[in-house]
Amino acid sequence: MKEHVVVIYPHPDDEAFGASGTITTFREKGIPVTYLCGTLGEMGRNMGNPTFATRETLPEIRKQELIRACEILDVDLKMLGYRDKTLEFESTEEVAEHLYSYLKDIKPSLVITHYPGHAVHPDHDAFGAAAIKAAEKFKEEDRPTVWAQAISRTHEEELGGPDIQNDVTPVFKKKFETIMAHKSQADGMIAKVKNESDDIEEATKTWLGVESFYTWQF
Amino acid sequence: MEPIEIDVLQKEIDHLANKDVYIHLETTNGAYASHFNKDAYNVGAFIRNARVQYERGKIVGAGTTYRVGLKLDIGWIYAEGVNQFELNQEGRLLMAGHDREGRLMVALQISEKPFQY
Repeated sequence: MKEHVVVIYPHPDDEAFGASGTITTFREKGIPVTYLCGTLGEMGRNMGNPTFATRETLPEIRKQELIRACEILDVDLKMLGYRDKTLEFESTEEVAEHLYSYLKDIKPSLVITHYPGHAVHPDHDAFGAAAIKAAEKFKEEDRPTVWAQAISRTHEEELGGPDIQNDVTPVFKKKFETIMAHKSQADGMIAKVKNESDDIEEATKTWLGVESFYTWQF
Repeated sequence: MEPIEIDVLQKEIDHLANKDVYIHLETTNGAYASHFNKDAYNVGAFIRNARVQYERGKIVGAGTTYRVGLKLDIGWIYAEGVNQFELNQEGRLLMAGHDREGRLMVALQISEKPFQY
């Protein structure tokens, strides 16, 4: 099967914090990556620091940040048009069908998404569940591998350790650049790290230098 | 957005009284509150594009925290903690309160046209 990775996350910046190192590693090998981004993070509460966005300008600002981040990562971006915070109230079946409409054309070898029930934000849990349901629509022999990302505090004790642990420190420059592309969201995070260290990139590397996933068992 | 100037903002609130307006009202402490602090609770609520008429709207407060109340025919709309405002290019009146890190904690927005989405 020809390799093609599809990343399915709900918010602009989920890809940056969660998987941009892994994505970079795939792109360096020439493997195409498509990002299906669910929302524009319209309801995010980070407005930049100092604030430069409002509730009404945030969607367009985050859209431009997302487009820039995907240019940096050199991935194909599809914006799916859901609204931030509402994914769990949509029909899982309809969202899964929507995701599958992309997947059946791309025929990915690997799907990266959130681990439902262990992804903290309700949008993460709901979109991860829909992504897995979408992958299930393939016949078993055509089905992509799914890497599910867990970020809950309890995931290691409840699920055991993740089987995929990507050390992304060799490509961290790119990951940091991708995070910084999401300026409206990164400002707050960076301020937090800045308090603890002079070298923000180094400090962030300690925090986000490994990207872990569980291979989903269908 | 700019720090609230109570006289300027009161005029804008008055201007929108007694006509059909659309409201965005929101408060949140973020989707990660209890993730970062296990003793905290996630709370939040929003309503977008509620169409109402208010007969009187008033902003009260000083310094860094203000309250806004809109008196409806059969009820009230209330927001506490707003400290910045803006009349945006589309003529929508935006009011919001942010914490020290610039994160939105509360928003009350009034517009004669529906908000997008």
